[in-house]
Amino acid sequence: MSAPVNAGVEPVTVVPRGRGAGLFRTAWGFGRTKVGAALTGLIVLIAVVGPFVAPYTPTEFVARPFETGVDGTLFGGDNRGRDVLTRFLWGGWTLLLLAGASAAIGVAAGTVVGVVAGYRRGWLDDVLMRVGDVLLAFPQLIAALLVMSIVGPKVWLIVAVIAVSHMPRVARVIREATRKVVEQDYVKAAEAVGLPRWRIMAVEILPNVTSPLLVELGLRLTYSIGVVAVLGFLGMGLQPPTADWGLMINENRQGMAVQPWAVALPVAAIAVLTIGANLITDGLSRAAIGIDRGVEK
Amino acid sequence: MTRDAGREADSGGGRDTGAAVLSVEGLTVIGRPSDVEIISGVSITVARGTILGLVGESGSGKTTLGLSLLAHCKRATEISAGRVEVAGKDLASLSERGVRELRGRAVAYIPQSPASALNPALRLRTQLREALHDASLSAADAQARVREVLGEVALPDDDGFLARYPHQLSGGQQQRVAIAMAFVGRPDVIVLDEPTTGLDVTTQAHVLETIRRMTRDYGTAGVYISHDMAVVADLADEIAVMYRGEVVERGRTDRVLADPRHSYTRRLLTAVPLLRTTGHEEGGEPEGEPLLRVAGLDAGYGRTRVLDGIDVSVHRGECVALLGESGSGKTTLSRSVAGLHRQYTGEVVFDGSPLAAGSYRRTAEQRRRVQYVFQNPYEALNPRRRVRDQILGPYRHLVGRPRDPGAVVAEALERAALSASYADRYPEQLSGGERQRVCIARAVATRPDLLICDEITSALDVSVQAEIVKLLRGLQDEGMALLFVTHNIALVSNIAQRVAVLHRGVIVEQGPVGRVMSAPEHEYTRALIADTPDFELSFAGAPERLGMAAQDRPVTGA
Repeated sequence: MSAPVNAGVEPVTVVPRGRGAGLFRTAWGFGRTKVGAALTGLIVLIAVVGPFVAPYTPTEFVARPFETGVDGTLFGGDNRGRDVLTRFLWGGWTLLLLAGASAAIGVAAGTVVGVVAGYRRGWLDDVLMRVGDVLLAFPQLIAALLVMSIVGPKVWLIVAVIAVSHMPRVARVIREATRKVVEQDYVKAAEAVGLPRWRIMAVEILPNVTSPLLVELGLRLTYSIGVVAVLGFLGMGLQPPTADWGLMINENRQGMAVQPWAVALPVAAIAVLTIGANLITDGLSRAAIGIDRGVEK
Repeated sequence: MTRDAGREADSGGGRDTGAAVLSVEGLTVIGRPSDVEIISGVSITVARGTILGLVGESGSGKTTLGLSLLAHCKRATEISAGRVEVAGKDLASLSERGVRELRGRAVAYIPQSPASALNPALRLRTQLREALHDASLSAADAQARVREVLGEVALPDDDGFLARYPHQLSGGQQQRVAIAMAFVGRPDVIVLDEPTTGLDVTTQAHVLETIRRMTRDYGTAGVYISHDMAVVADLADEIAVMYRGEVVERGRTDRVLADPRHSYTRRLLTAVPLLRTTGHEEGGEPEGEPLLRVAGLDAGYGRTRVLDGIDVSVHRGECVALLGESGSGKTTLSRSVAGLHRQYTGEVVFDGSPLAAGSYRRTAEQRRRVQYVFQNPYEALNPRRRVRDQILGPYRHLVGRPRDPGAVVAEALERAALSASYADRYPEQLSGGERQRVCIARAVATRPDLLICDEITSALDVSVQAEIVKLLRGLQDEGMALLFVTHNIALVSNIAQRVAVLHRGVIVEQGPVGRVMSAPEHEYTRALIADTPDFELSFAGAPERLGMAAQDRPVTGA
């Protein structure tokens, strides 16, 4: 939206009454959102900064397999004797990237489908939603495993499969939100003026479904993290010798008794990330439905 | 009624009319976390068998006060000072359990929307019996009591009716069931929160009559919350005017009407459109080709016919009112003209050329020249766009990219009597009246020839309504034709030159306002005029009331 700049008009002298706090600001008011942001921020920081501060390269052998207490390593060696800390620091960004990309693509596609279905109704709505129902019938993980084992584990495929499995779920939520917005008179006003349908969807409807959209994005991100990590663990995600948290858990689980760090670190990281993302989502959804909103002047 | 006897014993009073059964002293309710006083230091008393009218505009705290009589506070609000006494009991001293026992028994509540007050999943029999709150009554006694109350509110009391669900009733019947539910337990105090706002005038007249009779017969103290002075003037024994959380004036109804002491009361009184049955200019049928001509229009939804053979015309610079109650098809008609409703047959001719059904099949010029203002300003503005963009959106699409967008917005706002500084605001920063003005500004920005106003004042306070009407009259003076859709006959008599009365999809009467108001031909029109609540004003300066037509009448409201 390009707000026209009116140089000729004198600056506004009336101080506008305070606009009700936005979704983010309202959500930030909840303690849980702050905790969630701190937890998520910590993990994202590790994943992003990690590779630059890692003491070794991720494929360098510094110890014997599952050896702990080696000089120069903090958490010892993994199943092949590579530095656990280094691989932990290197293994996060792939997970975040894959989860982030699949969630973003899935939510974007689902939003488009949901808005179109909710606004146009009729046969288009039926076709889109019934196709979505078919997709929904496949459990997310099973579908991913199926496609992976047929085509082979490829990075783009992981993203695509997870995104496609998110799409119908997001579309359902956004369609409901859209149908509520479509009932509002400002949409009818735009129709009376004859605004093109795509503009009505982009300008009048989309900005008014952002609340469920953000909540859905958080939720899908959490699920994506889980699915990507599980795929890695099952060997269907990134392939060795890539450093990846899901893969690390799988590789090192046999030696868990003697070298717990190699499993504990990625597990803890994924857990903290998921909890953090969930707390933020929870804060957003509370803000969106207006729980605990006091009386403000 | 064993329970009654018990209550009378501990209230010490008995049910004599005249004893104050409800007294509120210095009640203050604050909102958290900002500590805003929603109502401050309010004191009222109501005697048995009388009704107190609590009048004020939205946001004046009248509902908050009404709810505090039930010892209920809305989320994030609390009573910080004062006391509420019902039948001698201080509500603050009651435990959670005591409060539960109070509600529905000692104090009953009738909310604004009966549709949301009744549980859609329960039969009327179940709901009414629940409202009795008396486990000691035998099933037969309870049944008898329910039937008795239904009879009193003039509803059928047979088993077939009791077995119905709320959605099987009309709005008026639903509201009468809500009244029956409130009275079935013989409460001491009854709080009525705008119970007739959503009802048609004829239904409203019946419901008000029921309420008045029931409070008298039961010796119940009624608190009637409303923003409409005309309704309250008809109904209440006493009036308390609320303004910004305070009771600014209190007194007997005739005294307040005859001699309002507070300036706000006077403003409220002058804002009510008076039903003018006389004193209209002699307007003959306008001549020449009309700007809009609707002929033989039938419309419906699917197989349901809503409109049947409608003939209406609007001439340039003329205001034609479309008067009808809910369900009469007036919105369908106005939407058909605006291109929002496509399922119609018949002729709609605008300035000599036919209008296609559906706005997308009309030319941009036709869409520019016919603009529509919606009923509810809270839904008609996109909450995520600034006022500037809301006004420029249609303008850019229909007129073209303006060279000076700021000037276009400023001019449109000015025509809607708003300052240019509103351009940067979001809808949530505006009051209801300001929102509706923005909607009008958006419609007039493209300089239309015909403005369709669909009940544009019904969601607004009476004082704001008066301002909007004044604004419309100004627009009309600039040469704009208005199709003014409304259910309010008093408003019609003040704004329109011609009126078409719509009843069940058929125009039953049509003609100059003066003729229709003074000598209505159809019995439906006569019933509308008779049922509209009205009152006479006699205080100094009151003639201004009649002068809604006068351009120089004082600006009312905020």
